[in-house]
Amino acid sequence: MTETTANAFTPSEMMTIAASRALKNDDVCFVGIGAPSAACNVARLTHAPDITLIYESGTIGTAPDVLPLSIGDGELCDTAITTVSVPEMFRYWLQGGRISIGFLGAAQVDRFGNINTTVIGDYAQPKTRLPGGGGAPEIATSAREIYITMAQSRRSMVESIDFVTSFGHGEGGDHRKRLGIETAGPTLLITDLAVWKPDPVTKEFVVTALHPGVTPEQVAETCGWPARFAERLDITPPPTELELTTLRDLQARTKAAHDTAAKRREDA
Amino acid sequence: MATFMPLSQAVSENLRAGDAAAFEGFTHLIPTAAAHEAIRQGVRDLTLIRMTPDLIYDQMIGMGLARKMIFSYAGNPGVGLLRRIRDAVENGWPGPLELEEHSHSAMANAYDAGAAGLPFAVLRGYRGAELARVTPTIKTVTCPFTGEELAAVPALRPDVAFIHAQKADRKGNVLIEGIVGVQKQAVLASKRSVVTVEEVVDDFKDLHPNMCVLPSWTVTAIAVVPGGAHPSYTHGYYVRDNAAYVEWDAIAADRERFRAWMQKNVMERTPDEFAARVAHLRKAA
Repeated sequence: MTETTANAFTPSEMMTIAASRALKNDDVCFVGIGAPSAACNVARLTHAPDITLIYESGTIGTAPDVLPLSIGDGELCDTAITTVSVPEMFRYWLQGGRISIGFLGAAQVDRFGNINTTVIGDYAQPKTRLPGGGGAPEIATSAREIYITMAQSRRSMVESIDFVTSFGHGEGGDHRKRLGIETAGPTLLITDLAVWKPDPVTKEFVVTALHPGVTPEQVAETCGWPARFAERLDITPPPTELELTTLRDLQARTKAAHDTAAKRREDA
Repeated sequence: MATFMPLSQAVSENLRAGDAAAFEGFTHLIPTAAAHEAIRQGVRDLTLIRMTPDLIYDQMIGMGLARKMIFSYAGNPGVGLLRRIRDAVENGWPGPLELEEHSHSAMANAYDAGAAGLPFAVLRGYRGAELARVTPTIKTVTCPFTGEELAAVPALRPDVAFIHAQKADRKGNVLIEGIVGVQKQAVLASKRSVVTVEEVVDDFKDLHPNMCVLPSWTVTAIAVVPGGAHPSYTHGYYVRDNAAYVEWDAIAADRERFRAWMQKNVMERTPDEFAARVAHLRKAA
C-alpha cells in the first residue's frame, strides 16, 4: 500500500477513514446512517472483512454493496445473514449485551460525550424539533463502547447541550457507574479535524491526534468548549490508496444507484 | 376472521374519530395507501402511534388528522427532518400536536407487552437520558429478585393497526417477509387491524414453515392494494423510491405547496393508482 499526499483527500474522507480504522475484525457494530455507515463499510471492505454490521431495522451481519439511504433499505436485508423483528433486535441483541461498538452521530455533543438529537432550545417550545433518539438512548448504555463521529463546529460541539438524548459520561468522572451503567460509554470521538479520547479520570474528551495538515488552533476555533490537547499529540496517518479508493468506489456506487432510481422515476 | 373488502370500506369500518391508531412499518412495508385513505375520509382527533413516523404521519398531521403522536424517531430517513411535523410542534400549524416521546427500544417493548396482554413493558433503558424527565409515561420499577432499577412504559394497545404485507391466501392468512419490523406485534396488540396486501394467492403450502405469518383470525380486514407501500417498498415486489423521499423534503417545506400536492396526489386519487406508481420500480426488485 502506498500513501497518498496530504492534500489529495478531503477532511470528511479523513474522518470516515480514521473512524473505519477504529473498528476491528471481530467487532459487532450497531451502525447509524450517514458517516458511521460509510466508516463501518469501509472497514468491512478493507481491514475487517468479517466485522458484523447490525442495523436497527433488524438486519444482522449485513454486507451492502451500496450505502443505504435509510436504516431499512432492501439492500441491508438482501445481504444479511438473518433479519429479525425490531423488538428482538433491541431485546436480545442490544440489551442482551451482544454489541461491542455503538456508532453514533449527533446534532450536539458536549465534552463528556453526551449527545442531543432531540431539540434545539426548550423541549416544550423548541427552536428546532430534531428527529429524536430512535435507538440511541439504549445504544449509548448497552453497547460495550460508543464511537461518535461528526464534523467540527461551534454549533455542534457545545459547552452545554440543550437536551440529553443519549447519556455519555454525564458530568464526567464516575457518573456512569453512579447510575448503575456498566458499559464504557463514549471512548472515541472522531471529527473531520482530529481524534479525541476521554481522559481516564475526568472523562473529558482530549485531542490525541490531529489529522494531517490540521493545527491545534483550527481544532480550538471550531470547538465550543475550551479544547484540551494531549501532551503527546499524534498525527493521524493519511488515507492509504486502498482506503481512499474503497471509500470513493463505495460512494460512487451509492450515487449511481440512487441516480438510477431517480432516472427510472423520470422515465416512468 | 379476516374479511376481504375494498380499502375505503376497511378504513371507514375500522378507523373512527378519536381513535389511537398505529400505521406501522419500519422503513419497509409502510401502509401509505391506507394512510391516504384515512386522509381522504377526513378522520379527526387521532392519537397516531408509530416508531418511525415518516412521510405518512407528516402528511396526516399536516392535514390536521391528529391531536397527539406517540413516537420514537420523527425523521425522513436519510434525508432530514419531517417539516410538517416540525411546523406542528414549533408553530402549532395546522393545530397543536401533543407529543409522547420514547426511544425505539421502549416502543418495541411496549408493542410486545401489548401483544402479550401485559400492562407494561420493562427494559434496561433511559439511563441518564432526559426523555424520562419530559415523558410522564416513563417510570421505573425495581426488580423483585435483584433490586435492579429498570425502566417501565405502559403497553401499547391501539384501537386499530394498519400494516402492509406481501400477500394473503384465500383464507385471509397474511405473510410478511424481509424487514418485518414491529408489525406483527402492532397487529396483535390492537383491538382491530387492517392489512393491505400486494396480492392474494391460493395458499401458502410451498413456503418455508418459519415465515412470519399472521393467521386469518388475528386480522380484521384485508384490502388488496398492489403498490400500497409506495414510496416505501415491498421486499420481492418493488424497490424503495428513494427519489420520492428526497423530493418530499421540498414539498413539505412550504405549507401551500404541501396542500397543493396533497390535493392533487391524495384527495383526488384512489387506492387503485398505487400499482402504476410502482410499475417502474418493479423491474429493479
